[in-house]
Amino acid sequence: MEVKINNIRKEFDRFAALNDVSLNIASGELIALLGPSGSGKTTLLRLIAGLDFPTAGQIFFGEEDASRHSVQERNVGFVFQHYALFRHMTVAQNIGFGLKVRPSASRPPKSEIKKRVSDLLDMVQLSGLENRYPNQLSGGQRQRVALARAMAIEPRILLLDEPFGALDAKVRKELRRWLREFHDRTGHTTVFVTHDQEEALELADRVVVMSQGKIEQVGSADDVYDRPQSPFVFSFIGESSHLPVEVKDGAVLFQGQPIGISEGADAAGDLFFRPEDVVLTDEKDALFGKVTACRRLAGTRIAEIDIANNGHDPFHVEVEVPLHAPVELGSEARFRPTRWKIFRK
Amino acid sequence: MTASATASSAGWRLKQPSIIPGFGLTLGFSLAYLSLIILIPIAGLLWRTAELGWSGFFAILSDERTIRALYVSFGTAFIAALINVVFGTLLAWVLTRYRFPGRRLIDAMVDLPFALPTAVAGIAFASLYAPNGWIGSLFMPFRIAFTPIGIVIALIFIGLPFVVRTVQPIMEEIDKEVEEAAATLGANRFQTIFNVLLPGLTPAILTGFALAFARGVGEYGSVIFIAGNIPYVSEIAPLLIVIRLEEFNYAGATAIATIMLLISFAMLLVINLIQAWSRRRYGNV
Repeated sequence: MEVKINNIRKEFDRFAALNDVSLNIASGELIALLGPSGSGKTTLLRLIAGLDFPTAGQIFFGEEDASRHSVQERNVGFVFQHYALFRHMTVAQNIGFGLKVRPSASRPPKSEIKKRVSDLLDMVQLSGLENRYPNQLSGGQRQRVALARAMAIEPRILLLDEPFGALDAKVRKELRRWLREFHDRTGHTTVFVTHDQEEALELADRVVVMSQGKIEQVGSADDVYDRPQSPFVFSFIGESSHLPVEVKDGAVLFQGQPIGISEGADAAGDLFFRPEDVVLTDEKDALFGKVTACRRLAGTRIAEIDIANNGHDPFHVEVEVPLHAPVELGSEARFRPTRWKIFRK
Repeated sequence: MTASATASSAGWRLKQPSIIPGFGLTLGFSLAYLSLIILIPIAGLLWRTAELGWSGFFAILSDERTIRALYVSFGTAFIAALINVVFGTLLAWVLTRYRFPGRRLIDAMVDLPFALPTAVAGIAFASLYAPNGWIGSLFMPFRIAFTPIGIVIALIFIGLPFVVRTVQPIMEEIDKEVEEAAATLGANRFQTIFNVLLPGLTPAILTGFALAFARGVGEYGSVIFIAGNIPYVSEIAPLLIVIRLEEFNYAGATAIATIMLLISFAMLLVINLIQAWSRRRYGNV
């Protein structure tokens, strides 16, 4: 099911949680809404589900204006962060609930419900646990029951709110891979919310980066990591440092001095670069500063460098250096970005 | 973890090692206090009853008037507790779910039956529901006061706060997400309330029922004014006990009391078992 979100605005007590958000989700796509808390990602998910209604704007499921429909009519699968299982029902009753509450005209017969439940249990690899109660299951199992329950109603789209947020790191990794396989098998249009960028980049076909009620960028993992379109995306995804620079006659100047890189049009702005996109150099035109800390990080070393700022607080940048580079605590390091982006002011 | 593991492997011990001091002192105090307040009076009750011997005891037990009085007491208390379960839960729902002017006032009013002298309530009910009272006159020739229905009304008043106050805190803890989950699965409000929310409240509702019921069985002050106290019809067992006492028939009074005690105990035990079962099933509520 294709989903179109057109100019959605959502206010809570005059505070705009979402401000003019538009997004097209292709059928069968796995999309991540990624952002810090308060960015409006969960609000957007709830609006798609119909758990909240937009102040302005529309949401289309295919050609149908879903924003006119109640949550019951939308037929979406929603998985909550804390599972929200019905604790007085067994696993099988939880999964069958959505079928059982259908009006008698469209309700499948009991034997059919039973078969569907056992198929779904197979699919989420929980066969044999149908008569357990939720409080007899582990967190990862509960999350899979919640997913099976959402899938039982044959939803048009599947929505997951921080699906792995309450799980420990190992289970989270397993479930992440499992969800990807599950999606590839079932082909449901899926939207999930996360604040964990690793999760979003690894799992999603496209990542929607959100901040302060707006979409900052929509793109594949490569797009948002390698070609960030805004200072927010550059600093939110992955590690980065930034410095105020000017561009004059094609040369990038920091504190009035050329630093050995060049750029097109003249402007003033912020130079962003990632720790790994840096080389150490002996040349005169370069950035330089004092090494204040050195951290071993797997196969490389991260140096924290303070760049003097005319008596103000120094600029703090992080660069990746080779393990055997002569970078010592307290010494001066000279470096130059190899890949960067300047966001104009 | 290790402490409990070793304790269970070593079997039951009176004093488990604990980092919280004062177990001996507090348990001793609790037992002494329980003895003074509950155990010794009940022992006295059984002692006095024993004076009758089995034959005397069964004679009182099989006395038609005793049986009718017990029937009235337990029957009216049961009906009143049932009605309280329905409307007390509804009241708790209104108080927890909606914000409206006067909510705090109504919330405070729920506790009135705790505080009001029961005789005052009884006299007020009697004059309202009497055949010539404001409400009673509306139902004439059907009589409310001076019948078991009058007793039920008094017991509903007495038992209401027990249900509301046990259900309310659990209702406040209901996770909004559970309701939303039901809605996304297509359940309408009615289905959400009856299939999802109420079953989760069952243990609390049962507790409220048990408390209201137990209170109703023992209630005396508010009932005697509205009951009419007609033997075999609207005479409650506690009143019969008082009547026996006034006849200086202490053994007869304690015998009825013992029977009440046994029935109440049996009923509370059953309710507790149901609660334990539902707790085990639904997890800790």
